[in-house]
Amino acid sequence: MRRISRLTPPALLSAAALVLLTGCLGASDDAGDQDANRNADATKVELTLGSNSVKGGKNSAGATFTQDVLIPKFVEAQKAKGVDVTVKFQGDGSDDEVYKQKLSLDLSNKSGPDLINIDGIWVGEFAQAGYIKPLTDTVGDAAKVDDWDGWKQIPESVQQLGVFEGKRYGVPGGTDGRVLYFNKKLFQQAGLPADWQPKSWDEIIQAGQQLKKLSGVTPIQINAGTAMGEATSMQGVLPLLVGTGATINTDGKWLGDSPQVRQVLEFYKQIYSTGLGDPVLQREAKGRDKSFAEFAANKIGILLEGDYFWRSVVEPKEGVAKMADRDAVVGYAQIPAVKAGAGIKGQDFVSMSGGGAVAINPNTKFPQQAWELLQFMNSAEMVEAGLNGAAKITQRSDVNAKVLAGDPMLNFVASEVLRNTQYRPGLAEYPKVSAALQQATADVVGGKSVEDAAKAYQTAVEAAAGSKDKVSSN
Amino acid sequence: MATTTDPAPVRPARVRGPAQDVAGLGIGRALGFVAPALLLIGAFLVFPAVWTIYIGITNYRLTGVEAVSPSIVGLSNYTKALNDALFHNALWLTLLFVLGSAIIGQNILGFALAWTMRRARPAVRRTVEGLVLLAWILPSTVVAYLWVAFFDRDTGTLNSILGEQGTAWLIEYPMVCLVLFNTWRGTAFSMMLYSSALQAVPPSQLESARMVGASGWQTLRDVVFPHIRGHVLTNTLLISLWTANDFSPFLLTKGGPNHESETVPVYIYNVALQGGELGYSSAISFLLLIANLLVALLYLRLLRRRA
Repeated sequence: MRRISRLTPPALLSAAALVLLTGCLGASDDAGDQDANRNADATKVELTLGSNSVKGGKNSAGATFTQDVLIPKFVEAQKAKGVDVTVKFQGDGSDDEVYKQKLSLDLSNKSGPDLINIDGIWVGEFAQAGYIKPLTDTVGDAAKVDDWDGWKQIPESVQQLGVFEGKRYGVPGGTDGRVLYFNKKLFQQAGLPADWQPKSWDEIIQAGQQLKKLSGVTPIQINAGTAMGEATSMQGVLPLLVGTGATINTDGKWLGDSPQVRQVLEFYKQIYSTGLGDPVLQREAKGRDKSFAEFAANKIGILLEGDYFWRSVVEPKEGVAKMADRDAVVGYAQIPAVKAGAGIKGQDFVSMSGGGAVAINPNTKFPQQAWELLQFMNSAEMVEAGLNGAAKITQRSDVNAKVLAGDPMLNFVASEVLRNTQYRPGLAEYPKVSAALQQATADVVGGKSVEDAAKAYQTAVEAAAGSKDKVSSN
Repeated sequence: MATTTDPAPVRPARVRGPAQDVAGLGIGRALGFVAPALLLIGAFLVFPAVWTIYIGITNYRLTGVEAVSPSIVGLSNYTKALNDALFHNALWLTLLFVLGSAIIGQNILGFALAWTMRRARPAVRRTVEGLVLLAWILPSTVVAYLWVAFFDRDTGTLNSILGEQGTAWLIEYPMVCLVLFNTWRGTAFSMMLYSSALQAVPPSQLESARMVGASGWQTLRDVVFPHIRGHVLTNTLLISLWTANDFSPFLLTKGGPNHESETVPVYIYNVALQGGELGYSSAISFLLLIANLLVALLYLRLLRRRA
């Protein structure tokens, strides 16, 4: 009796744990295909729209537009059809990585907003996890999705932001391009031209050396290190890499330790070990934001950034680091290849582009209504209204033609830079390869030799790709 | 079956007294009493632990194919940890963090404060204790942000005190900053513990030590320390374990720059949530748990030897 009573509690406990355990294991099973027409005729509909933007914070303008204009207009339009729709906006103001974690956790539990804004490079990962499904699966009735007239207005390259393995998972929400910004005030003081356009990396270095003579000025800021996350890849390594003629993934193989990667790292070394750049800034948790503030305070000469910098950072009224005299002071130039003609496809100038897409949560209660909202969001009228007078490169050619004429900088990006641009591969391994690139630049900025950093990078890429065969290191 | 050969006493519940054991209550009733505790422990301690061990032998990820169909990969996460330079780095930094801020910093400073405050006037003593305790009471996020502001390169208090601009303390000396931060935060606990411990030292022995002309150090070593040895061990165990599992380094440096302050808990977070590798991070968590258990066992052994 006594022996039994001593053993019983642990035995019961283990049994309980086992039940819980197997219960959870079972839960990871796929729920299977759902009826795409569920609740299609509902007259009372609730939808949630998730986005990494928040009023007064990150991407404030987008959040404000969605809440104050888009949602009320959609509700009104639906009311006319006799449908009572409530659309909730689920805003977020986190770092992109944190937003991604939250979404993944939500989606893995089969919850989360009905419409989700995601970065184009997550599409592959999310698709492989089954968190998002091809629009034709979620909404059903293939013709209805493919027949949407909006597709004709979205250029093929931009559509790729929402495509994985040839299938459309979401509707892209615009694209962007990268340039070299420079401070004309500082350039004048350093005796450099106001219409600067470097034709090689050497010319960037030369300009930097001129700027170095000014006191209290950091000549060049090119994002590096792990603290900046994807900003290092997008506004640093990748545009430089295409400037050497290579891409990060060619014919299904990732680029490992190679002459081109070393060339890029060598360029970083040149900047950060000779006082042309500020190595401390690259290691700070909020380094990128600080670099914005320093540029706006006329303390940085040259900065590599996307057009986001122009329209949301130094923008005179709404920017996070406002420059009242932006139009007069901030110059912009195309990013040169290492030397003329050495860029990818023999280009003289290069750029990288990114962008997001909006996908439908496969577990939504109202797939049809979600697709209606998605079309509504991407109608010419709404896309244009979303700009609220500001210029921005949208996903729609018809809107771009109308709104970009008024902003010479964005027009420059749309007409000149996008011609030379590249997109990141939408593959599930990309974020890890990107992290390896960030680490390699961190190593170089931290004082490691280019050779050691490149070797460590090779190891990391092999681990990320899963096998040596998927990495080329010519 | 057992009941037929071992008849239960009549109405056992009525019988009172210290001799009454659990079995006498009847197994059903006994379980009834402990069930709520057992359920809670099972749900919040045993289950997560078992679950973590299980996840630790899979390649479960937050996104990608392994998010939907993780497969069991045996001990490969553990062999990966053995060869993972970043994990070794994290272990080493955790050790430094525990040694520097808990075993040395909080212990010594806490004891010194308690020793000095011992004969202070009650009003002074209460004020000092109150001030020091503030650090202990404030939420760690608040304390962390205060220290971030203190160390800041451009606007930080430290640089303006030193009259020198431009040192980014959290970037250049991240571990030193973390040790200072945690020492400051945890000293209050050690001080309180040692204050009460010191009251257990018989004043007569201190008095005789003084009369035979023992130096301050001799008094401490030969009179005070033998009395508070148990307290020292207990305190060291507690604060070491807290510090080893502390997540607040993340609030100050996020583990950066370049992994230079990435202690094991921060590494686990980064692997799990930034990298999405739930399987691997679970394996490391389990390793941390084992390390904690070993430390606890070591201290218990030391305590018992003394007893």
